[in-house]
Amino acid sequence: MDWKVFARSIAVVTEKNMRIYYFKGPVVVFGLLFPLIMFFTFFIGRNLDIVLFFPGFLGMMLFFTASSVGPLITPWEKREKTYERLVSLPVILESVIIGDLMAGAIFGIGITIIVFVVSAVLLRLPLANAGILVLGFVLGSIAFAALGTLLASPTTDNPSNIMMLSSLIRLPLIFVSGIFVPLSSLTGWEWILTSLSPLTYLVDLLHTALNGDAVYPPWFDGLVLVGVILVFIGCAKVIQRRNLVKGI
Amino acid sequence: MYRKLYMDAIEAVHLCKSFGPVTAVNDVSISIPQGGIFGFLGPNGAGKTTTIRMITGVLIPDAGSVHVLGTDVNKDPLGAKLKMGVIPENGTVYSDLTAKQNILITAKFFGMSRADRERRAEEILARLGLSERKNDIVRTFSKGMRQRISIACAIVHSPKVLILDEPTTGLDVYSRRLVIDTVRHMNEQGSTVLLTTHNIEEANTLCTMISIINKGTIVATGSPEKLKKTFDTTRYVEISFDQTVGPGLFAAPGIFRAEQWGDKWRVYTDDPDRAVKHLASVAERDRLTIVSIATSNPTLEEAFVQLTGGT
Repeated sequence: MDWKVFARSIAVVTEKNMRIYYFKGPVVVFGLLFPLIMFFTFFIGRNLDIVLFFPGFLGMMLFFTASSVGPLITPWEKREKTYERLVSLPVILESVIIGDLMAGAIFGIGITIIVFVVSAVLLRLPLANAGILVLGFVLGSIAFAALGTLLASPTTDNPSNIMMLSSLIRLPLIFVSGIFVPLSSLTGWEWILTSLSPLTYLVDLLHTALNGDAVYPPWFDGLVLVGVILVFIGCAKVIQRRNLVKGI
Repeated sequence: MYRKLYMDAIEAVHLCKSFGPVTAVNDVSISIPQGGIFGFLGPNGAGKTTTIRMITGVLIPDAGSVHVLGTDVNKDPLGAKLKMGVIPENGTVYSDLTAKQNILITAKFFGMSRADRERRAEEILARLGLSERKNDIVRTFSKGMRQRISIACAIVHSPKVLILDEPTTGLDVYSRRLVIDTVRHMNEQGSTVLLTTHNIEEANTLCTMISIINKGTIVATGSPEKLKKTFDTTRYVEISFDQTVGPGLFAAPGIFRAEQWGDKWRVYTDDPDRAVKHLASVAERDRLTIVSIATSNPTLEEAFVQLTGGT
């Protein structure tokens, strides 16, 4: 394979997605408004320690923003009949999947950095380890953008079907992720349930970066997120290749 | 070196594709030499688009292989697609981008430099009559204009092989002419063209070689003239009268059948001279005025109808 052409195809797919999909209604609603509304619903009127819960909010923000672009792209392109044109250009399935993932990850990381910088200045947030914060942003955005790409893989040309499926999967993950309840206070089945959500490990990593009081060591959180990325991308590739064989 | 000079533009060998119990393409093989315009004809559901999708790497075949200028589409899809420009069936362009942005972003996939992208985009937009609308969002364009942008994207990199799946379907006369002129121009510039069309007259005038596919199988391949000659035994006389007449008028020895074509009748015969004499005599007998009369050899359409069994 010509790696230069492959890298170029990923870059152009990413650019195309950034130009077209960042300002689509579903991305703005599910990627920006939704996490903000959830944050305010949870915090306003309750005397909670913002510094303690901020890693959870930051994780939730990254989770929603990074996973909101991917589910829209493929169904939208199938409905608009641009998907077949795209696949006939010098791209392979991996270029499309990684390009979709990159668009989601860049969106997630960009918005989350803005939110973090503004919040850090206004709330005087602590920062225990900047390197781990960057690692958390990068791994978290890629992992949840990969989730978004996986969610877009089932066959449909109706974006609202995928957005519905996406909410059905993302919302429960939020509630079992130790965002609203500190991980250290969970025991038994609650702890097992929380361990199943990849968001748990990002929030834990952000706790290490901001407060330095995580449950798991950072290398373990990082390893889980890398594993999650590989599983999501692998599953998306299998499903989308099956779609190409079936001609859908 | 010798091998490269005579390499086919497209070589599809034993292509098969089924969707569940339905066999869409059954053992289709096509060799398209470099330089010509190759037409792929067939009725709806014959397997044209499925074949094109396998050739362009959009659909993975169950069996068989496709080479574009010697590059295997399934083994080296990036290499093969770099040599192609494709307009998929119903394939449209990004409606959220402007006409020019669509062309520029397509050019990026082919690794063209910024200067080349700009120059070529302006050149193609002018050729396709879209210069004035180049900065407008495509969502506001008519179907014909969108199709012209689609063509522009397919030819921006001056592909060696241009593949068009029904490029003129549903277009107005002006857009259709622009598309056909562009196809001819690209062919003159050295591109090999493969196109599918429902418009048999279009295939007749454009194509140097035609394959007819029916029920997933190639039923004939040859030049338009060769295909027409295959059915040279049947000719017809086309006649119109100043009054409405019934089919009974055409019952005579040597006349196989008569079909109404708008305000005319088409009378199929193996002896046009005898048929014309018969028609003149019945016109005189029944005091009918002959408005027009013409004899003709079978058209490509006739060959198509006979090869595909009228399906």
